[in-house]
Amino acid sequence: MAQVTMRVWRGDASGGDFETFTIEQNDGEVVLDVIHRIQATEAPDLACRWNCKAGKCGSCSAEINGKPRLMCMTRLDTLPAGPVTVTPMKTFPIIRDLVTDVSFNYVQAAKVPAFMPPPMPEGGYRMFQEDVARGQEFRKCIECFMCQDVCHVIRDHEDNKTHYAGPRFFIRYAELEMHPLDQNDRRDLIREDMGLGYCNITKCCTEVCPEHIKITDNAIIPLKERIVDAHYDPVAWLGRKIRRKPKTSAADAAVQPAP
Amino acid sequence: MTALESSTKVQLGGRRGGPDASTVRQDRWWIQPVVTVAILTAFVIYSTWAAFQNKNYFVGANMGRDLISPFYSPCLGGSCVPGAKFAFTWNAWTLSPALLILIFPLGFRLTCYYYRRSYYRAFWWSPPSCAVADAHGSYAGETRFPLLMQNAHRYFFYAGLIFNGLLTYDAVLAFHQPGIGWGVTVGTIVLVVDATLLWLYSLSCHACRHLCGGQVKSFKAHPWRYKFWKFVTPLNAKHMNFAWASLVFVACTDIYVRLVASGAITDYRLF
Repeated sequence: MAQVTMRVWRGDASGGDFETFTIEQNDGEVVLDVIHRIQATEAPDLACRWNCKAGKCGSCSAEINGKPRLMCMTRLDTLPAGPVTVTPMKTFPIIRDLVTDVSFNYVQAAKVPAFMPPPMPEGGYRMFQEDVARGQEFRKCIECFMCQDVCHVIRDHEDNKTHYAGPRFFIRYAELEMHPLDQNDRRDLIREDMGLGYCNITKCCTEVCPEHIKITDNAIIPLKERIVDAHYDPVAWLGRKIRRKPKTSAADAAVQPAP
Repeated sequence: MTALESSTKVQLGGRRGGPDASTVRQDRWWIQPVVTVAILTAFVIYSTWAAFQNKNYFVGANMGRDLISPFYSPCLGGSCVPGAKFAFTWNAWTLSPALLILIFPLGFRLTCYYYRRSYYRAFWWSPPSCAVADAHGSYAGETRFPLLMQNAHRYFFYAGLIFNGLLTYDAVLAFHQPGIGWGVTVGTIVLVVDATLLWLYSLSCHACRHLCGGQVKSFKAHPWRYKFWKFVTPLNAKHMNFAWASLVFVACTDIYVRLVASGAITDYRLF
């Protein structure tokens, strides 16, 4: 039976260190299988968060050999030979071992101004396939928060967490901004309070997304371009003036509730 | 603190897990930044040298050709050689004509979303690679001057379109060999490929995708813009490839024209 050496981070808010386990490995197993075997045989108190084991719940996010990945979707036979290093997501405070406190994301989620459609017309709302398809990509997000974890804006600069929503929420904002029925204008909010300007397009969020959402190309850059429309493009400004098209302020967008 | 306040207020601090190291990655993550630095540095050095040369940028009627380097087109300076001059020139400008125009393609590439990704990683180490620590103590991203100027990308895109049109015109002229007639030389193909790559680079640009149709809320309400958007979106997915290919080939085009103009090689006529 093949063996694998696992270097797993053990610790909590008081500190921690790597603990090495040499353990049985079966064909086709993923990292989470081996973590569970460690729990079952050598370290019953090893903490890890998991649920579906199918890459759909986003619970078992960790850093495997230094890269954010889902433990349940990382086959051991795809990793280079040698010890496998498993550490918790670095951007969030540690709770214990591989479990982190991701409540930062829930705070950011609560700040997203709600979807605001117009009053229901007779016969109901209608939406067409080309518009549905555009936002569908963003709805694949499983909220594993690995994009948030790898984003250096908050990974390496804790102080930015107060004014930076992060890639996961930029795809949420993009989905709402591109929704043909939504009437909230969140552009000022995204620029002023959600810190879109802090993103410098390094595309790490896209690289780690297990759902292969093109976060940077399809959400962040389109949002940046919409902010250019609103603030840095005199031609667009003139067009708005001529058409007398109103633009909602950040404060307005932040308080407009769903009907 | 009320329940509403606590649900919308970020709690900072808290000890993080994992070792106190810049990265745990053991793969060769540094290869990509090293290659980027090597190629971009080589291009900057070569293009600076070429821009200050102010000679051997045009192959004219005396050699039976009409080839101009993309670094010098349109040739607007007073020192432009006969035959290379644009419809109008600024005669008071006596320095190299390349210095008059290179700001536009340079600005387009400097503010390009793909190049931003590359040079922020490779030169600024912000961050050097994914899950590798940022090299800076504090970070404000593109929220302040001078990086706030990245928002001018679409204006450089517009300028780039004008340059693409002019370089396409140069490529068409390259089919004409003065005193010989119309035909195809290696130089013709070089200029055609150069113009094609520059068009692909511009059309695959993120600003182009946005302006074509990305900015609308409803594709259904704007069917033509949706068609444009659908046309440029697959190109946009290859923007990185076009960025590198066009960068390298524009330098190759200048080298080829320079070699022919200096007499080092002959521009071979194919048919």
